[in-house]
Amino acid sequence: MIICIIRGQKRTEMNKIIKIIFSDILKNKIVIAYTLMLAVLSWSSFALEDNSAKGLLTILNVILFTVPLVSVLFTTIHIYNSSEFIELLLSQPVKRKKIWTGLFTGLSLSLVIAFLLGSGIPLLIYSPDSLGLMMIVVGCLISIIFASLAFLSSILTRDKTKGIGISIMIWLYFALIFDGIVLFLLFQLSDYPIENAMVGITALSPIDLARIQILLHLDVSAMMGYTGAIFRNTFGTTLGLVVSFVLLYVWFIVPFWISLKKFGKKDL
Amino acid sequence: MVIPDSGSIDFDGKSVLREFQYRDRIGYMPQIGRYPDNMSIGQVIEMIKEIRQTDETLDEDLYKAFKIDELSDKKMRTLSGGTTQKVSATLAFMFNPDVLILDEPTAGLDPLASEILKEKIIREKEKGKLILITSHLLSELDDLITQIIFMQDGMVHFHKTVEQLKEETGEQKISKAIAQILKKNQNA
Repeated sequence: MIICIIRGQKRTEMNKIIKIIFSDILKNKIVIAYTLMLAVLSWSSFALEDNSAKGLLTILNVILFTVPLVSVLFTTIHIYNSSEFIELLLSQPVKRKKIWTGLFTGLSLSLVIAFLLGSGIPLLIYSPDSLGLMMIVVGCLISIIFASLAFLSSILTRDKTKGIGISIMIWLYFALIFDGIVLFLLFQLSDYPIENAMVGITALSPIDLARIQILLHLDVSAMMGYTGAIFRNTFGTTLGLVVSFVLLYVWFIVPFWISLKKFGKKDL
Repeated sequence: MVIPDSGSIDFDGKSVLREFQYRDRIGYMPQIGRYPDNMSIGQVIEMIKEIRQTDETLDEDLYKAFKIDELSDKKMRTLSGGTTQKVSATLAFMFNPDVLILDEPTAGLDPLASEILKEKIIREKEKGKLILITSHLLSELDDLITQIIFMQDGMVHFHKTVEQLKEETGEQKISKAIAQILKKNQNA
């Protein structure tokens, strides 16, 4: 999923930048703490519950709240702190776009690895089926999506405080506010046949896409009523699965692509 | 590192807009070098070496003259302005570039280092390289330069060879010659 955007003739040069950034981030204490935190949360939620489905629900909440928050904040702060590094590379024979894509690949790669080490291993051990695997894939995608949104917010403003503010707003919106709006719409328009429209609206938030995707594969989806049935019809099929994963890909490619265009024209 | 609003610069007959490979042949020394805080001098130099990756032998004159290897474990954020300048200068000259762009090269350098750098600039000039120096310390430039472009408020005032300038004003020092021209302009 990452390799597809690194196309280019001079792969070696690109890889060097990724390697430099990547090895720098791996030494970062925040990433290590994040990995440990995910591991503690995941192992304990499986160990405390007697059935693995409850543990999965706890981890689902981690994926839907903690992972996006850490990804978006860490990435934003790291981009602002790398301004010197970016400037230094710009005076060297390196393509502008390669610097930005290298930074993105290095950052999202390290977030994905942190997630895999922290949550991926317990998931594979306690839930070694399609559901566990799907949660791992979704968790990785959510990490990359929010890194990509962070790239967008940090290219929008030169001011570090503003950039971090935008990132926090992005997280608040997708993690809390969006849900509120959806619930509000559901209650207000409950007299109308809005179930199909609701499916469309979910596509507007990566967190909701991920949540529905995973909930439908848990037994709890039986409690979701008629809307749940519609969701099951839409997302439960192979086509629905493919469409929702494509939408998640769109969610990480589009924000990053916009930021890449802006970076190409930015004065630094 | 800005994108021009209009106009372009030709390098070897080709516009540099949207190009990057030409930077292979440029050594750039910024006025205030900004480097990643948590990297050491050695790491920064290694990184640039890896990115540039030339087969040519590296020019380590300044690396040795400034005794960079003794400092190579020092983190960039702990460096004084002068040491940062030394690192910038070392990196600019290291890859034998055809063109050197030096922005206030001697600002912040101690007299000894400044002398080393000036000697190096003269040696490279004699090899026939193009060296662009921006400076407001005119007294520093006397032995270095062959041509002078005087700019003020974004406008080019004149572009002359140094001999021309000295002849026209009858002065021996660049600083005095320029001061004379400026006085003339003020009175006019």
